[in-house]
Amino acid sequence: MILVLLVCLPFAGSLAATILLRTDSRVLAARMSGAVTLAALVLTASLYPAVRAGGKVRLDLEWLPQLGLNVTLRMDGFAWLFAMLITGIGFLVVLYARYYMSEEDPVPRFFSFLLAFMGSMLGIVLSGNIILLSVFWELTSIFSFLLISYWHHNAAARDGARMALTITGIGGFCLLAGLLVLGHIVGSYDLDVVLASGDLIKAHPLYLTALVLILIGALTKSAQVPFHFWLPNAMAAPTPVSAYLHSATMVKAGVFLLVRFWPALSGTYEWFMLVGIAGISTLLLGAYFAMFQQDLKGLLAYSTISHLGLITTLLSLGSPLAAVAAIFHMMNHATFKASLFMAAGIIDHETGTRDMRRLSGLLKYLPITGTLAMVASAAMAGVPLLNGFISKEMFFAEAVETHADSVLDRILPYVATLAGAFSVAYSLRFIHMVFFGPEPTDLPKPKPHEPPHWMRFPIEFLVLACLVVGIIPSLSIGPFLHSAVVSVLGDRTPEYSLAVWHGINTPLIMSLIALVGGGALYFVMKDYLAKCDDGPPLFRHLGGQRIFERVLVTVSWKWARWLESNLGTRHLQPQLRLIAAAGFLAGAVSLYLAGFSPKPLSFDDIDPIFAAVWCIGAFCALGAAYQAKYHRLAALVLLGGAGITTCITFVWLSAPDLAITQLVVEIVTTVLLLLGLRWLPKRSEKVDNSVSFAARSRRFRDFLLAISCGFGMFLFSYAIMTQPVPDAIASYFLDKAYSEGGGRNVVNVILVDFRGFDTMGEIAVLAIVALTVFALLRRFRPAPDSIEKPEQQRIQNAFDAERPERSAGDTVRDYLLVPSVIMQWMFPVIATFSVYLIMRGHDLPGGGFAAGITMAIAFLLQYLAGGVRWAEDRLRILPLRWMGFGLLMSAMTGMGAWLFGYPFLTTHSQYIEVPFIGKVPAASALLFDLGVFSLVVGATVLILIALAHQSVRMHRVRSLDAPKAEEA
Amino acid sequence: MELVLAIGIGIMTGSGVWLILRPRTYQVIIGLSLLSYAVNLFIFGVGGVKSNAAPLLGEGVDVSTLTDPVPQALVLTAIVIGFATTALFLVVLLAARGLTGTDHVDGREQPK
Repeated sequence: MILVLLVCLPFAGSLAATILLRTDSRVLAARMSGAVTLAALVLTASLYPAVRAGGKVRLDLEWLPQLGLNVTLRMDGFAWLFAMLITGIGFLVVLYARYYMSEEDPVPRFFSFLLAFMGSMLGIVLSGNIILLSVFWELTSIFSFLLISYWHHNAAARDGARMALTITGIGGFCLLAGLLVLGHIVGSYDLDVVLASGDLIKAHPLYLTALVLILIGALTKSAQVPFHFWLPNAMAAPTPVSAYLHSATMVKAGVFLLVRFWPALSGTYEWFMLVGIAGISTLLLGAYFAMFQQDLKGLLAYSTISHLGLITTLLSLGSPLAAVAAIFHMMNHATFKASLFMAAGIIDHETGTRDMRRLSGLLKYLPITGTLAMVASAAMAGVPLLNGFISKEMFFAEAVETHADSVLDRILPYVATLAGAFSVAYSLRFIHMVFFGPEPTDLPKPKPHEPPHWMRFPIEFLVLACLVVGIIPSLSIGPFLHSAVVSVLGDRTPEYSLAVWHGINTPLIMSLIALVGGGALYFVMKDYLAKCDDGPPLFRHLGGQRIFERVLVTVSWKWARWLESNLGTRHLQPQLRLIAAAGFLAGAVSLYLAGFSPKPLSFDDIDPIFAAVWCIGAFCALGAAYQAKYHRLAALVLLGGAGITTCITFVWLSAPDLAITQLVVEIVTTVLLLLGLRWLPKRSEKVDNSVSFAARSRRFRDFLLAISCGFGMFLFSYAIMTQPVPDAIASYFLDKAYSEGGGRNVVNVILVDFRGFDTMGEIAVLAIVALTVFALLRRFRPAPDSIEKPEQQRIQNAFDAERPERSAGDTVRDYLLVPSVIMQWMFPVIATFSVYLIMRGHDLPGGGFAAGITMAIAFLLQYLAGGVRWAEDRLRILPLRWMGFGLLMSAMTGMGAWLFGYPFLTTHSQYIEVPFIGKVPAASALLFDLGVFSLVVGATVLILIALAHQSVRMHRVRSLDAPKAEEA
Repeated sequence: MELVLAIGIGIMTGSGVWLILRPRTYQVIIGLSLLSYAVNLFIFGVGGVKSNAAPLLGEGVDVSTLTDPVPQALVLTAIVIGFATTALFLVVLLAARGLTGTDHVDGREQPK
């Protein structure tokens, strides 16, 4: 349980910090983060007894056990050591950042990201499931991106963050793929199982694939050549971020992974070559590049790259002793490098620059910080009596040993010594240029002074750690290191001794050569280095960064543009053409592959009347297609004809419910389109009669496509309909409709009972559409040429104006007088009919949908008969209330079942005796249907009325548009 | 029976597809309506084509002779939703015509 708490605590702290975003206090967020980190540190420390001497703490939570994906957290000695590093240095960094961040920065955001990063990092370390590990791995990439780009107004920060995210993101993707392959080999994603099956993995044909993918993940994260270039660019981050992510934690995740999978993957020739080449070249190149940096943090970044290369090299050797040295050096490097980053931050903070060419002689102003930095860089250089010396000696000792006889192995001692000399040179340069020499002359902040004590405290603590570990290693770090080593190596744990003095031996001589050689190198090259500002010689033109940027531009800009301009279109017609063609092909190809052959046509049972009806229907459909461009009204009438044909078909083929619904929907659709016609532009056949060849061929193509689709649908539907209907679920509904649903109209019972939840979703869609229509029409601006009153109205008004005995609007009022009186009188009749439809819906054709639209038609007729104003003077319809009532009603009916302990939307049915009417079925489904009814009324009326209102709104629209036109 | 209905579905589909490929929004809305008739009839037809066998239970009616109610229930909601989407499309096309001044589906006239 403590493990879950440990992982969740930083994330919780991160969320809490976001709440503090609005507060002015910058101390509060820091204090909160400090408390969270300290709590995590204490929690981790308290687990030590459980992990000592090879013990393990494990926690399993099932997540997706079917896929072998579980939340497994495990802590062993190695994970414990790393968790201590993460929480311990995390606490120091929070303390440091409290003083480092300035008043203007949004500090809570910084701490929020930092804590979230800490949580992800702990997640990596504690994951006992390799997929979970990959999830946390991605999280660290994302939070590192956010932290590097914390000062997002700075272009360098944005670019650096993007580069880091791209590189580590690609690495993370490869890692996930590699871990999936690994899981496939082993048959489990559990870390313990994976670690126990090293021999199986190494013998598997997919071993190399998994290895390469995992290595890409680890090497990108740990900034190894050739992926190293993101790290120097990430130095645009605030210094606490660099101290935390780029020395102690994130970059260590890569080598952590290598150590974690060391028992399972290492020891093969492929491992040695791949990891070794990357490690050795990184070790050497990083140290070499570091010498030529002018930026303090740039020097430290390359030095970090080089030290990570050292660790990688150690791991490549595959010997247990080398693994011990690697784990030990990880800890040592974290301590001295974090303190150096913090020191660089203090220098930057106090002087305003990190450029070593401008800094000089600072020891006078920053005596304590200077001394601390000197000790830390001595540790970095590997000076005796400091922790860096011990692990470097172990490295030299391993370098001398022969592990796998190859060129790589034979040159290793020389490379190691050379890299050691380089690291002495750059450490010396760091100290000498910054703290010694003449008085600084052109500092942005002229009077540097020591920072507040608590800002320096983390450095003091870390430097003290360097000294203690360096002088009495076996008493200080010894037992903790041992439990870590045992947890990784198990029974392969070698004999090793953590002592300062091993007598005069080859490693010591190598160390001495490196120290003397590095010192000499620096003093020879001192003047050249101070002036050199275009990067290290020999490698000036070989920029991984430049290649990266070129690839990025090519992929994300050139190729994307090419694809967009060659494959994209902003026209609707080609898209629809493609969709229609794809639909046709998808149907045709799959039918062809399934061995479809058209059925022989049978002309036996054709009813002449039905055929005649469909002759009319076909004529209407074709006519609508032909007339829709120039004769919209005719097309609308023909569309109605096709709709009526459909309706008759439903009646004919035993679907009375559908027929009723189709009929009423047909009416409202026609009215709706009629209302819309008013706002469309005039189009006359004479305007564009010049048809180009291209247009003609386009039409011909569309025509062919339409014919193919139509013919295909004909063959397909004929084949389906002549097939005997398999007994699927129909009989179930037919059997249970009365016994369980209490209704005789099976279609209605399905809608309101068996599939009631679907229906609820559908009426919700209807409500949403109605509201969208309403919202769109509130802001409706017609095109200028549609604003004028229609021709008919103008003639009528002119007629009224000419005659003195008539007042304006008389003709409109008298228009179709008899029909409108009849329509007005029809209102109660239709309303009663709609009530009748809903009441009988459960047993006979009818139901909420049909009744609702019928009711809407009743309202609509009043609008048609008397006009908008007349209708609204007499009738106040509140469609929104109808809709709200409908939704509530159906939802409450559904929830009512809960009161009786049944699932949502369970219905109850019985018959009740109503005076004068007789026995009436009263299922609770009727209430549900009432909700459907109410919503359908509301939605339909809302849509139609909103559209109808546009004609009345005319004047306001024009007066609003007029001043705009003047402005323009 | 099946033959007539299948021909009808084919003709409606063809007309609908032709219309949705046209450049004017009004043509597209008519085309979509025709297509939805065709699709509704098709789904309905999948359940088998029978006359005088409406899925209404009564005394002494043999349940197995009735037509399949499931496609009917599907189509019934489809008809209502079809109305709603037609309305939405109509309003969108009117608003687009108001904004762009043209009823071309791309919001601008095709260059000649």
